[in-house]
Amino acid sequence: MAFIEARGLRKTYLPKGAPPVHALDGLNLEVPQGTIKGLLGPNGAGKTTAVKSLTTLIVPDEGTMTIDGIDVMAHPERIRPIIGVSGQYAAVDENLTGFENLEMVGRLYHLGAKESRARATELIELFDLVEAQNRPVKGFSGGMRRRIDLAGALVVRPRVLFLDEPTTGLDPRSRLALWDVIRSLAGEGTTVLLTTQYLEEADQLADHISVIDGGKVIAEGTTDELKNSIGGARIELSLASEKEVATARTILKKIGSSEPILAADGRTLTVPVDNAPAALATALGELGSRGISPLDAGMRRPTLDDVFLQLTGHAATLEDDNDDSTAKPKTKVSRRERKAAN
Amino acid sequence: MGPHTPLTRFLSDGWTTTRRNLIKIKRVPDILVFTLLQPIMFVLLFTYVYGGAITIPGSNYTEFLMAGIFAQTVVFGATYSGSAMAQDLKDGIIDRFRTLPMNDAAVLVGRTNGDLAINFLSVVVMMTTGFIVGWRINSSPLQAMAAVGLLLLFAYAMSWVMAFIGMSVRSPEVINNVSFIVLFPLTFVSNAFVPADTLPTPLRIFAEWNPVSALVQAVRELFGNVPAGTPVGDTWMQQHAPLAVLIGAGILLAIFVPLSIRKFSRVASR
Repeated sequence: MAFIEARGLRKTYLPKGAPPVHALDGLNLEVPQGTIKGLLGPNGAGKTTAVKSLTTLIVPDEGTMTIDGIDVMAHPERIRPIIGVSGQYAAVDENLTGFENLEMVGRLYHLGAKESRARATELIELFDLVEAQNRPVKGFSGGMRRRIDLAGALVVRPRVLFLDEPTTGLDPRSRLALWDVIRSLAGEGTTVLLTTQYLEEADQLADHISVIDGGKVIAEGTTDELKNSIGGARIELSLASEKEVATARTILKKIGSSEPILAADGRTLTVPVDNAPAALATALGELGSRGISPLDAGMRRPTLDDVFLQLTGHAATLEDDNDDSTAKPKTKVSRRERKAAN
Repeated sequence: MGPHTPLTRFLSDGWTTTRRNLIKIKRVPDILVFTLLQPIMFVLLFTYVYGGAITIPGSNYTEFLMAGIFAQTVVFGATYSGSAMAQDLKDGIIDRFRTLPMNDAAVLVGRTNGDLAINFLSVVVMMTTGFIVGWRINSSPLQAMAAVGLLLLFAYAMSWVMAFIGMSVRSPEVINNVSFIVLFPLTFVSNAFVPADTLPTPLRIFAEWNPVSALVQAVRELFGNVPAGTPVGDTWMQQHAPLAVLIGAGILLAIFVPLSIRKFSRVASR
């Protein structure tokens, strides 16, 4: 049995005056002990709902969850002492100082007064907050708040660490520092489940990735497995006008092993191909015969971005609102996105 | 690590969250202004502005007024639990608490204890101001302590009611506005600032059954501020005010303590 196991999780919200939202729609997860699992998906995919279910915050309508063999829904009180959680929003007390926040969390994990203070001091140093530790969190920058919140998740040296978009809003330096912390925790045997919309983050950290969309897992594997699953190399063309894009699209359709995808800039086309150098030569030849010379042309290995586009039909970071219940109508949503949100 | 029985956990968690709220009193200037300055202002304004115009048969206005101000202040002081719980939900810190292995009631206990501390401070400040403007306790120390006890008990019960409302409404602004709209009439249409028998009949009937009036009357009696001739309503609640307050607070606590704890264990931020 895997350390974390979830089977058939379903959670439906019924917002007033809107169709039901299936935040979880039969989600299955397995995370072996001491590994880092990345839950990758766009906003609204159900990542946060999954984390909230596993961390005892909400009870799914259907399904089973165990952590280290303990039934999460039946015994939340046995789960809480072994988990550390850091959510999408910094859950800190604004009026307490950074140190006081961590000390409070330590006491609520029942570490005792002395140990709580010692651990708070250690974490303050680890997260580079020594100078700010005695100021109320109210005056902290967004990145500092995130760090205090993350430190809060590590107060007990949890056996399982849940991180919901841990590096959202962090500057690059803090992000790298946090990645190091997560890696070293996993190295010491902590099981980590993290959600992210940053493909690079999943690529860098996760041993294993589950791509989720519409409340269920649509693909999983290691990053290499996922990349391989969507075919080999890509060729990519940048063009000068919409008219040229249309022509190039027709040409690439014939050459590619699946539909060409137009990037958000409206000028860059990408298509997976079997033999990249030959395909690129053919494409350039055909374009040239029609008097079109691309601004840029090249070939590359697939990235997780490609995995995402291929599997979901939309990019990982299109929308920027919250993960669960509120499905607001947007002016520009693709059919696919609407389906995911509903 | 100490011994971990459910009781020691409850006490330890309750103290940890209480401490959180005590630190907040110290750090948030609004709370201090509300707790310390507003009661002083009310005592002075009512005494010197209305004191000359309002005659209380058998008594004087300052003697009559103080219980009213005490009651009004602690009832308003109890609303912090409402807006604070709503704010905690909004900030997401409730999610943090709910993933910790702490007692389910601890956050609420800490919150309502925070209100209790605020109200205790307010009462001390008001009593001191009262002494300065000529108010006196004309009862035994034991009775005076009972008066303070009843004030705090009633407000404590109100804090649990407000905490429940705060978790249901989830907007600190709405809580503040609604409590203003509900509590102002409740404290003014009572015997707090004028004898109820001077009010038009429908308001008089409301005032005589108003729980705030029972609190005011109980506190007035226990401080010995009801000299012969002071008008007292003839409803059961007015005639047995201290008992009525004890029963009322007991009922509120019996309903809202379990209800709030249940609500807390189910709410999730956002």
